[in-house]
Amino acid sequence: MLTLTDVSKTFFANTVNERKALRHIDLTLADGDFVTIIGSNGAGKSTLLNVIAGSLPCDQGSIVIDDQDVTRLQDYRRASFISRVFQDPSAGTSPHLTIEQNMAIALTRGAHRGLGQGVTRARRAHFREELETLGLGLEDRLRTRVGMLSGGQRQALSLLMASFTKPRILLLDEHTAALDPQRAERVTELTRRVVADNGLTALMVTHNMSQALDLGNRLLMMHEGEIMFELDSETKEHTTVEDLMARFSSVKGQISDRSLLN
Amino acid sequence: MISAVEQGLIFAVLALGVFLTYRILDLPDLTVDGSFTTGGGTAAILLVNGCDPFLATLAGFAAGALAGLITGILHTVLKIDGLLASILTMIGLYSINLHIMAGPMVSVNLRNGKPVDTLFSGFRLAGDLFSWKMVLILAVAALAIKLILDWFLATNFGLAVQATGDNPTMALADGISTRLTKNVTLMASNGLAGLSGALYCQFNGAADSQMGVGMILVGLASVIVGNAILGTRWMFLATLGVIVGSVLYRLVIFWAMDLHLASAGDMKLISAILVVIALVISKNAWLRKVFQRLSPWRNKADVPEPLLDPALVAVPADDLDDAESDGSQERGAAALPKQAPANAGKEN
Ligand SMILES: Nc1ncnc2c1ncn2[C@@H]1O[C@H](COP(=O)(O)OP(=O)(O)OP(=O)(O)O)[C@@H](O)[C@H]1O
Ligand SMILES: [Mg+2]
Repeated sequence: MLTLTDVSKTFFANTVNERKALRHIDLTLADGDFVTIIGSNGAGKSTLLNVIAGSLPCDQGSIVIDDQDVTRLQDYRRASFISRVFQDPSAGTSPHLTIEQNMAIALTRGAHRGLGQGVTRARRAHFREELETLGLGLEDRLRTRVGMLSGGQRQALSLLMASFTKPRILLLDEHTAALDPQRAERVTELTRRVVADNGLTALMVTHNMSQALDLGNRLLMMHEGEIMFELDSETKEHTTVEDLMARFSSVKGQISDRSLLN
Repeated sequence: MISAVEQGLIFAVLALGVFLTYRILDLPDLTVDGSFTTGGGTAAILLVNGCDPFLATLAGFAAGALAGLITGILHTVLKIDGLLASILTMIGLYSINLHIMAGPMVSVNLRNGKPVDTLFSGFRLAGDLFSWKMVLILAVAALAIKLILDWFLATNFGLAVQATGDNPTMALADGISTRLTKNVTLMASNGLAGLSGALYCQFNGAADSQMGVGMILVGLASVIVGNAILGTRWMFLATLGVIVGSVLYRLVIFWAMDLHLASAGDMKLISAILVVIALVISKNAWLRKVFQRLSPWRNKADVPEPLLDPALVAVPADDLDDAESDGSQERGAAALPKQAPANAGKEN
């Protein structure tokens, strides 16, 4: 349902600062795939997600969602297929708007926005129901401004807003990284649940190896703009964090050997 | 004093436009200096040619909206910085306004010895131009526009407009065409400035090419003062505050002149000083606290409710305080994720 073919992205091409952030990436996600992505800093993970979401144009290659070529489609128009949760808890919500207003914006994601009232009685009931699933008591604070919530609450809300509309693809970029361990754990659990409950297809970037092994049915490791290896769900089951670390280091070792030889 | 209140109500229409750009879109739009005159000049020239006053006034709105669209295109299509785009339009409009009016000034009092038919000519002839009846009519008109704005901002499209100014990263990720929302808002805002200019030229009896100079400060002062008094917790109060601010602003100037503290030539200086004072109050934490004490009923609803989940909750009280005061200050400044990951990826 999502197919990337030969996607490349280079920053500052043909200058001394040239950075090849993505090199000839081929990736296919089947319906319901939940892929976790690991890789060191600067590996190109965020760039990959940005290119899929359309906030960055790719230099080369094609991106197809459900048989529709979206390579040239602008980011806001891809939002009808894709929703995202960012690393920064304040990035995914509008701080001066209330919880219910934020949810109304999420509800109309990718749809025509006209002059109908954003928050209606029926919608409010729907939002309350959805918020109840978070178990945070937010359902009683529909008219609180989102800027008043803690980072963890906001991230939980962002995740709910990104998922309750059942997008074709959910992109998560280190969305638990800014939270303390306890809250990160809560949001991780929530992620597992919303993806399963809504049957979403998801890509999740994380630096947390155990989280990467624990969630999802596929695991990718990226390095220097390439996908170095992939674990399918069976292999993933039997892999420990230590195995993964070892593999991670050996891949990086190979790369630096190769660059030394060249 | 009645005339000061009346002028305040007419300028409130412009201030509501400034509210849209400055507060909602988080873009200080100087176009209004030009579009106010464009609206006034367009209405004036139509009136002296015998156009129906209602149509002429509407044309003032349309002309202002067109000016806003120019700024919008410079900003969203040609990617010129918003403030600079608005300055460019404002300067360009100066010449265009002279063309529209075919000169520096158009009188809408008399034409060939006969009174020109305007929205206010009936009141003028009856000697009612400066009366509480006129104040009431203008107040109802200003409130009606305010209510339309409140309604608009609560629609699906209006929420998209609000998100555009509040968090552009989120807006784009949620499928909002920020280009569309910005252009529509700039058009609405400058349309209101044009409408205000059209009303003012009829009230004043003439349109002239200088009438818009400094109008952005009049608008900003009204927005900042009004929002400082009534708060921004509810849209209803925020827009009401703009009207109140505009009237207060006129009254302050009226009293300053009445007490011979200032002459007509000092008006612009007073505008500038008032904006500085209002900005200092709204930016200074201590003064802000004092101010908030003085209006005890504002922002009450933002007092944090008991927090329910110990794991996910627990923002230190300071944070909540900050979040709250951000809400009543310039939108977005602190709370906006200017460097959000999605933007961080953008190429130059
Ligand atoms: N907007 C940009 N302009 C220039 N270079 C960029 C930009 N965004 C990313 N890069 C470069 O592209 C490479 C990949 O960056 P990316 O942000 O995708 O890495 P990442 O895998 O997400 O790393 P991290 O784990 O640190 O988030 C890096 O070398 C980075 O410097
Ligand atoms: Mg990253």
